[in-house]
Amino acid sequence: MYDIIIQHPLYSALLALAGLSVIFGGILGYAAIKFKVEGDPIVQQIDKLLPQTQCGQCGYPGCKPYAQAIADGDTINKCPPGGQTTINAIADLLDVDAPSLDSEHGEESDTRTIAYIREDECIGCTKCIQACPVDAILGAAKLMHTVIVSECTGCDLCVDPCPVDCIDMLPVRKGLSDWKWGLPPSVREQLTPSKLSDIIASDTNGANTP
Amino acid sequence: MRKIWNLIGGVHPPENKHQSVKDSVGSLPLPEKLIIPLNQHIGAPSKAIVAIGDKVLKGQVLANPKGVLSAGVHAPTSGLVSDIGDHPIPHPSGMSAHCITLIPDGEDQWIAHEGLSNYRDHVPEKLLEIIRLSGVAGLGGAGFPTAVKLNPQKPISTLILNGTECEPYITSDDMLMREHPEDIVQGIEILSYILGDPKEVVIGVEDNKPEAYAALKSYLKNTTIELATFETRYPSGGEKQLIQILTGTEVPAKGLPSDIGIACLNVGTAYAVYRAIVFGEPLISRITTVTGKACTINRNYEILIGTPISHLLKHNAFNKKNCSRLIVGGPMMGFALENLDIPVIKTTNCILAPSEEEFPSPQPAQACIRCGMCAEACPASLLPQQLLWYAQSKNYEKLEVQNLADCIECGACSYVCPSNIPLVQYYRASKGEMKKQAEEKVSADRARQRFEFQKNRKEKEIFAKKVQRDVRLKAAAQANKTSGTEGIIQAALDRAEAKKSSPEDQHSRSTRRIARFEDQLRSAQEKLESLKEGVTSDQHEQAKAAVEDAKIRLAEAISSHGLSMPISNPSETPDSASEAITRAQAKVTIQAGLSDEEKLCNTIVSLTARLEKATTRLEIAKTEGSEHIDAFTVAADKLKEKLATAEADLSKIRT
Repeated sequence: MYDIIIQHPLYSALLALAGLSVIFGGILGYAAIKFKVEGDPIVQQIDKLLPQTQCGQCGYPGCKPYAQAIADGDTINKCPPGGQTTINAIADLLDVDAPSLDSEHGEESDTRTIAYIREDECIGCTKCIQACPVDAILGAAKLMHTVIVSECTGCDLCVDPCPVDCIDMLPVRKGLSDWKWGLPPSVREQLTPSKLSDIIASDTNGANTP
Repeated sequence: MRKIWNLIGGVHPPENKHQSVKDSVGSLPLPEKLIIPLNQHIGAPSKAIVAIGDKVLKGQVLANPKGVLSAGVHAPTSGLVSDIGDHPIPHPSGMSAHCITLIPDGEDQWIAHEGLSNYRDHVPEKLLEIIRLSGVAGLGGAGFPTAVKLNPQKPISTLILNGTECEPYITSDDMLMREHPEDIVQGIEILSYILGDPKEVVIGVEDNKPEAYAALKSYLKNTTIELATFETRYPSGGEKQLIQILTGTEVPAKGLPSDIGIACLNVGTAYAVYRAIVFGEPLISRITTVTGKACTINRNYEILIGTPISHLLKHNAFNKKNCSRLIVGGPMMGFALENLDIPVIKTTNCILAPSEEEFPSPQPAQACIRCGMCAEACPASLLPQQLLWYAQSKNYEKLEVQNLADCIECGACSYVCPSNIPLVQYYRASKGEMKKQAEEKVSADRARQRFEFQKNRKEKEIFAKKVQRDVRLKAAAQANKTSGTEGIIQAALDRAEAKKSSPEDQHSRSTRRIARFEDQLRSAQEKLESLKEGVTSDQHEQAKAAVEDAKIRLAEAISSHGLSMPISNPSETPDSASEAITRAQAKVTIQAGLSDEEKLCNTIVSLTARLEKATTRLEIAKTEGSEHIDAFTVAADKLKEKLATAEADLSKIRT
């Protein structure tokens, strides 16, 4: 055996390499079947970052279809409810530059709104119920409808179909439970120009250099 | 003597407690109005049960707890409910919340109330309910409903009473321990009973309160309660820190003290529990320190819950000009107030009105120099400067990794920071943002679920509709095929085809049928035999009929068996099929050839025959006095009706 290897160094090396590739190929092939990942994980990761308002402002019928579209190469700046934060997060995930929001699809708004049905005016046509992407409107034909506040995502898809225009998008009332401490002003904001000269240059990241 | 562990980190700011302990706990005249917030505790706001204009007595329930994590609210004095609505409350946001406004009538008249003479005669659940309805919430600062804390999911082996009061300036617990040591000890015994008499009961007091220590000591002689004293160092009074000092164990991250078998309550809470159980008095007042150089008098008062802070300050010669800012709570963890109209609530342990020289305006923050003093001071062993970087860059994932949630917001890091960075403010803001994001994530997940559920449902609906449509289409095609002469012939052809296809099959099936009918006949005959004697004629007749029936069926089966015998000559098979076709054709022709009139005549004939049968049956039933007479009558009547309509139709056609 040893003699054969010594006598044919080239062939034995080739043989060894071939043997190794067969073994590792087998292992990889087995792993590909055994540890196969179901679904497309990147779509799900993008979907997790999207705000799930299901508003369709991006031009797709919901957040997951848009996530699929992004995975297929669509631009990532079509989501106004998510705003710049969402764009940045997706850009981070996909390791691309974060563009600013495409204003064609809508403006980012700070105040969250939810739908409110003026119940006296509702005629019970069920059109809004069919339009709601998250089943957040309760009602039946010829009976008054109402919005389940905790489930409404504020997508305003129900406003348009209403034949009597009795749905308003109202800003969410901010209460004590929504209150949170604000960040303190940064070092730079705190310093008036007169005070800038009192401290050393490195403290302000070069704010006082002309 | 108990082993005392060292506090991790911590600071020792000037105590400034001596000013407010010179006088005993005072009392104040009744204010013009009391503003009682419905949410003075952690958890759900209580639910008001009084209406505007109601006259209430001292101690009367104003609002009942709503849900488990809640506490009731009671009238601090007798008077008139003048308003129920939003009013600014002591909260760092300066926002308003639901409050009940009470105008005292000056009589301070108690509602009838009664304590338990011997609480050990009652089950702990009963005591818990009393505590819950008495509105007792943690008086140390957070206001956690005491009844919930006393009902842990895990057994408690150590009960710790917090008399530490580590924050500078505050002396309310100190004064309470000095003036009501006996009541506190009794309260502790009640707590101990409710918690199933834990192995260890320890009161922790810092060594800067020797008077309180001595006062408690004298009442502990005949009890198993231990009294531990340790070095004064802020924040030894934090729940997790005190547990660490007294037991050497740490409360796990995101866990509760009960996870390691420990319950920790404030001495003030023990006193409130004592008043609630032994006297039946709800929590309507508390001891609050009013101190700071902007007030000429520095002292503790027993203050009714809901007393406006302006009333307190008025009686302490408050000099607004000299006050740098008004603080609720201590200098380390308190928050500044703008509105003097806000009330004292269950968790207000101190009103601090410092002068400019005591509390100068904060210096502008400078850049972090990475000195690491904050990390040394942190009692939770966190890395405050790392947290600062991540908070500034809003990197919430990293903040999570650095365990920001374990920060107790004690302010020790801000206190030692040489760059005057308001570190705690960064952490509070980040915590708030993280909490908001977590909530948003939950609602986004729910929205995703609901959206996907709806999508599934709609797909299912579409699929179901498609299936229905297919079924209808098929049925229509079938109907087209079978209607008309061709249809019937086709059906007959199909049947013949089926027969032709498997003669062996047919044969074996008919053999099985013969066997089955033979069995039936045998059993029917046996039954008839057995019935021969001692039975009514009815049953006998029935059995006989069954035998006859079985015989007929057997005969039929045998004859058809003969037909379906495997035939050696295959040329005969098509004949039977063509026979069937001819029969079907004949039937169709007959039916087609009949006019409506003839059809109706046929119907009338058959109906008449049926009616006759029905009438005879009815007659028999009547003579026998059977119980089915009614049914037979109805059947006969129906047949008569049908016959009448048929005759009417016939006459219509004929005319």
